[in-house]
Amino acid sequence: MATETRPARTLTKYGAYQKPDRGSNGWETFSWYFFRVSGVGLIVLALVHVFIMHVSNDVSATVYDFVAARYANPFWRAYDLLLLTLALLHGLNGLRIATEDYIQSRGWRLSVTSALFLIALTFWLMGTMTIITFQPNHTLAQSILGLFGH
Amino acid sequence: MYRGQSGQWSWLLHRITGLGVLLFLLVHIVDITLIGFGPTVYNDAIGIFSTGIIRVISLALIASLLFHAFNGIRIILIDFWPAGYKYQQGMYYIVLAVTILSFLPVAYFILAPIFGVCPQGSCANVAM
Repeated sequence: MATETRPARTLTKYGAYQKPDRGSNGWETFSWYFFRVSGVGLIVLALVHVFIMHVSNDVSATVYDFVAARYANPFWRAYDLLLLTLALLHGLNGLRIATEDYIQSRGWRLSVTSALFLIALTFWLMGTMTIITFQPNHTLAQSILGLFGH
Repeated sequence: MYRGQSGQWSWLLHRITGLGVLLFLLVHIVDITLIGFGPTVYNDAIGIFSTGIIRVISLALIASLLFHAFNGIRIILIDFWPAGYKYQQGMYYIVLAVTILSFLPVAYFILAPIFGVCPQGSCANVAM
């Protein structure tokens, strides 16, 4: 079995990866841009999140009723959904790029990428389900039954 | 790799802090999912984040997130600002300074309740 190898990403001496060459596939260039665009979004989303949960409120105050009051406003559900989505994609794309420094064979890289994609999808579905279905004083099971008119 | 120059340390720190934040993100998605099981389960479970030990451990998360965010800006400046690479070392020291300066007040707000001080005025009792 041939173990085809791709050239490693070029790490600059400034501690960041160079944009993929024009000759490389469009996916890697998209990934490179997405990493930076999602990063800028996350700086705002994650730091505001930390400020609300640990500075303007103490973490001990972020209980069930706190979430219920917050989620009465759809803005915060949309905010959390965007934070969840960007953080998972940014984080797991980062892990993919880190593992590719140590894994050269195309088959193993594909396996790792697939596994990370499945992890992202599973956790995204968990978080999205929680954010969308939350209703004060209804359990998830009750909320799901409610969708079917029960 | 680069004889221990700042670029190497910023790369290593960026990677370690990113991995740490990702690990917490996965844990955090699981703990918020518990809200679907009602107030008792959720409040009992997330009560762990208010304990003194977890408050101290969460400082590592805060420091990692702050460094990763500010060093991320540095990376973007090097990538998109044509002269950015010339100032990469200076920007690295600025990143370290801004990380420490922004970390200290946040750390105060997180740790104060352990000592019975509540700057926010909304702290429950801290169980060690």
